[in-house]
Amino acid sequence: MSTDIIVPAIIAFVSGYCIYKKTDFFGAFLDGAKDGLYSAASVLPALCLLMTAVGMIRASGALDALASAISPLLDKTVFPIKVLPLALLRPFSGSGALAYYKELCGELSPDSYPARVASVLMGGSETTFYTIAVYYGAVGIKKTKNTVLAALCADFAAAVLSAATVYFIFGTSK
Amino acid sequence: MSKSVIKENMPYYLESWCNLNYFFFLLVIFSIIFGAFEGNLPEVSRAALEESSHAVILSLELLGMLCFWGGLMEAAKRSGLTEKICFALLPVLGTIFPRLRKEKAALGAISMNITANMLGLGNAATPLGIAAMKELKSISARGCTASKEMVCFVVMNTASLQILPTTVAILRMEAGANRPLDILPAVWIVSLCSLFIGICVAKFSYRGGAQK
Repeated sequence: MSTDIIVPAIIAFVSGYCIYKKTDFFGAFLDGAKDGLYSAASVLPALCLLMTAVGMIRASGALDALASAISPLLDKTVFPIKVLPLALLRPFSGSGALAYYKELCGELSPDSYPARVASVLMGGSETTFYTIAVYYGAVGIKKTKNTVLAALCADFAAAVLSAATVYFIFGTSK
Repeated sequence: MSKSVIKENMPYYLESWCNLNYFFFLLVIFSIIFGAFEGNLPEVSRAALEESSHAVILSLELLGMLCFWGGLMEAAKRSGLTEKICFALLPVLGTIFPRLRKEKAALGAISMNITANMLGLGNAATPLGIAAMKELKSISARGCTASKEMVCFVVMNTASLQILPTTVAILRMEAGANRPLDILPAVWIVSLCSLFIGICVAKFSYRGGAQK
């Protein structure tokens, strides 16, 4: 893939730019890397807590129960039922969502309607709770105000819109 | 009920949700209840014991990248490169973070993070984002409460900014899709709209900006 050039190019560009500007690249790098060391240490406590909570809720089957509770409502919409577990899993677990998505693409044709919706959802959203835990954990923020509310609204919008846009662009062809 | 009244009297339970203390408690209680109902208590218990070691593995994986990208970003900052990138994104960021217009360091860190996200460098974006959070905290946070700018920034990162979703494209290719990237327009529409909605909710439902 041609995108493989991006990371090496960025590294080359930054170090090259430093030489061009006569900045001490090595010294600056070491100072910044030292800060990174503290960041990693300060992320760990928050991650321990939140990953445990998220892992527990995933193991409890609460998401599956929620999925089966919602699915009758979906019959009347264009949202494919097969994508519902993915939409519920996506904010909680990146690797879990990826595993489910892989399975879905293997089971149905990747060009089928549900698989397309799943692809768009995967491409258009992120692992919400991981991001919240890492970012706030690193700087010791405990009161996150309306972050969870806003992030889940965005996730909900992403789920609804992925079905809607695929429906309008491709139709429901199987 | 007018909008301002809703803002003033945000229900207690919603406020609680926003505090990680309550959030953790809620998740645990729910997982116990559902675990018992669905007969998944052994799995819940195993997750409770094992997930924290996953957190350690994850932060060890992050450690190297945090050091490397933290170092690279410091070099970019000192050479004046950050300021240049920041300049290009300033019109957009100035609209989203009006209070940060004069804060060069914070805007620089945010724009580096967003650039990394757009290029799909998730692993690089996280350390850059943490650097941005530190800048934001030094400017606007009050103790352990998130500022409006922090909420906006985190919500932007919980939405996808990636221009080319490579992982999905590769998986689609492997599964035998005709044209793996034909979903791109849909992905962009979904990313942009959900990002917009997230930022709007973050901005307009944030309350108590001045207190404490």
